[in-house]
Amino acid sequence: MRGAMDDKQEQKGIVLTEAQKKSRRERSIAIALALGVLVVLFFAVTIVKGPAVLMRPM
Amino acid sequence: MILKEQGLVVSVVDHHAMELTPRISEADVADYVALLKPRVMSLVVFTALVGLLIAPVHVHPVLTFTSILCIAVGAGASGALNMWYESDIDALMSRTANRPIPRGRVTPPEALTFGMTLAFFSVMTLGILVNWVAGALLAFTIFFYVVIYTMALKRWTAQNIVIGGAAGALPPVVAWAAATGSLSVEPLLLFLIIFFWTPPHFWALALFRCEDYARAGVPMLPVTAGPDATRLQILLYTIVLVAVAFAPWPLGYFDAVYGIASLVLGGGMLMLAANVYRRREGREASRATRRLFAFSIFYLFALFATLLIEVVVRAAAPSIW
Repeated sequence: MRGAMDDKQEQKGIVLTEAQKKSRRERSIAIALALGVLVVLFFAVTIVKGPAVLMRPM
Repeated sequence: MILKEQGLVVSVVDHHAMELTPRISEADVADYVALLKPRVMSLVVFTALVGLLIAPVHVHPVLTFTSILCIAVGAGASGALNMWYESDIDALMSRTANRPIPRGRVTPPEALTFGMTLAFFSVMTLGILVNWVAGALLAFTIFFYVVIYTMALKRWTAQNIVIGGAAGALPPVVAWAAATGSLSVEPLLLFLIIFFWTPPHFWALALFRCEDYARAGVPMLPVTAGPDATRLQILLYTIVLVAVAFAPWPLGYFDAVYGIASLVLGGGMLMLAANVYRRREGREASRATRRLFAFSIFYLFALFATLLIEVVVRAAAPSIW
């Protein structure tokens, strides 16, 4: 009986508060935006440089 | 039982409690933005933009944006790593006690991970998309600020900001390298201007934050050598700064508009530095120091803005120049 209760509690895990959920969502959006900017940046520079994108002077 | 008698039970229990309940971060985006030191970043972006635009080559706007973004993110990474390493002394100083780590919003490992990630991406992106001279210089700038200045110099010598100032002076050099793929005299002149600007600027701040630095055990010049010696050093460095900032005009690197602006602005800096040297007691002394600190920020912005205006006017109406 007790073992079953423990299992149930373990499954429940850590419950985030509303504030924690909100800040996690904000952080996730910021990371997604940053990655999006990086992708757009690489795409834009590739278009601008054309084949020269492979020639990087030391 | 024995442990309890020795008063050790509490620590054992606390240790287990910490292990069982991991800390869930409530840090929001604003806390991470604060780790980037946005005000310092704005100066870095501006000086880098000038370094890039005065280069005698045409740089595509997308590459200009990429270069400045990478330099800004690299500067932000340096700020985050600086706050990670200095969180202990930040908590002791009123100026820095509100930073995200001392406030408990961001943990030191989170700041370290954030800073290292940004440093890696900024250097690699600049290297891959622009050129590796700029990428390597940005990596060196971050290394110099974090390892040489923050970890080695800051708590060890009163010359911390003199030598460490090189890190803050490098962004226009990185930007020039991003534009040209090489180095030249012009970016080194910009480097020297910021390098000699740093001591009067930070020592003016240290003069009116002297107690803060003393409490935190940071050997800033006013703490180790006293306010009078600091005032003399401020005046001497300001004289060198004004001469270095003026030199590019007679040497033929920058135009007359810049030369005249550097003379006028330099006159202001010298006057305020002399005021700091003369007024040593009471409210007058404090006011003189704060004035110099505020004007020094305007001085650097205005001096670099003159170069920017020269470039813009020359591009818009070459016949006028």
